[in-house]
Amino acid sequence: MSDFHSIDSRTHVRKYLYVFYSLMVLTVVTVSVSYVHLPFIAALIVALIIASIKAALVAGYFMHLISERKMIYALLVLTVVFFVALMFLPMLHHSDPGMVG
Amino acid sequence: MQIPYNAVERPDTGLYNAKLGIWLFLASEVMLFGALFSSLVLLRVNATTWPHGWEILNVPLATVNTIVLISSSVTMVMSWASLLEKNFAKFRRYLGGTILFAFVFLVIKAFEYGAKFEHGLLPSTSNFFATYFTMTGLHGLHVIGGIIVNIYLWGPGSKMWTTDPARFINRIEVAGLYWHFVDLVWIFLFPILYLL
Repeated sequence: MSDFHSIDSRTHVRKYLYVFYSLMVLTVVTVSVSYVHLPFIAALIVALIIASIKAALVAGYFMHLISERKMIYALLVLTVVFFVALMFLPMLHHSDPGMVG
Repeated sequence: MQIPYNAVERPDTGLYNAKLGIWLFLASEVMLFGALFSSLVLLRVNATTWPHGWEILNVPLATVNTIVLISSSVTMVMSWASLLEKNFAKFRRYLGGTILFAFVFLVIKAFEYGAKFEHGLLPSTSNFFATYFTMTGLHGLHVIGGIIVNIYLWGPGSKMWTTDPARFINRIEVAGLYWHFVDLVWIFLFPILYLL
């Protein structure tokens, strides 16, 4: 990131530490929730929401995605489209008449 | 022959070539792990019984490993920031920390695997253990790959700091992007395999 040099690096380091603390707190939260033994669907939703927040923090700040070039965003949009398609692929078997069970 | 745009950005993409390269590679990695997650969904949805991860896996150990891997990501980004401050000694301390955390992660994983093998729990035991060993094993291989690259950049590869510092900073950023991706995969693997 070429604009980094013009910005006080201590601000960045502080930001990385805040992200680190947030990731720690979210890890503790997700493990604590798992000890409650929620019904599966509720547990899945909670786990995925917390994991997505953690992933967004890592991608946004450590991988600098909050201030990245358009080319990277375009590449990631394409990746997300294919990833979502891949995730929904298993559902196709429900509409497959040849499938049993 | 001089490789173009390894330090300065290409005018058309706005990126140095290695950065576009690593993101293309990470996109392919998303599909690789995506295929495994998708297979896990298919297996789990259609299984008559599927154990809870917390019943048969070691959650406290995996929690420690999550903290270790997140810490390694922080030291990785700090090593890159240290180079921007032109502080090479600090860079080496932080990158050394990342390498150390990565080894700790692998040692804990080895203990976990060892305990499973001792109890006769193998990939052939059930679909649960097949997916557990496949996904954590592939992730572990990525950790090993990252360790090799980071050791090179910490040791012999760091000579570039004196000859071509701008390119070296970019190399650390690229290695960091890969390392953070390895952390990202674990962020999803941990709850899906262990906590559900």
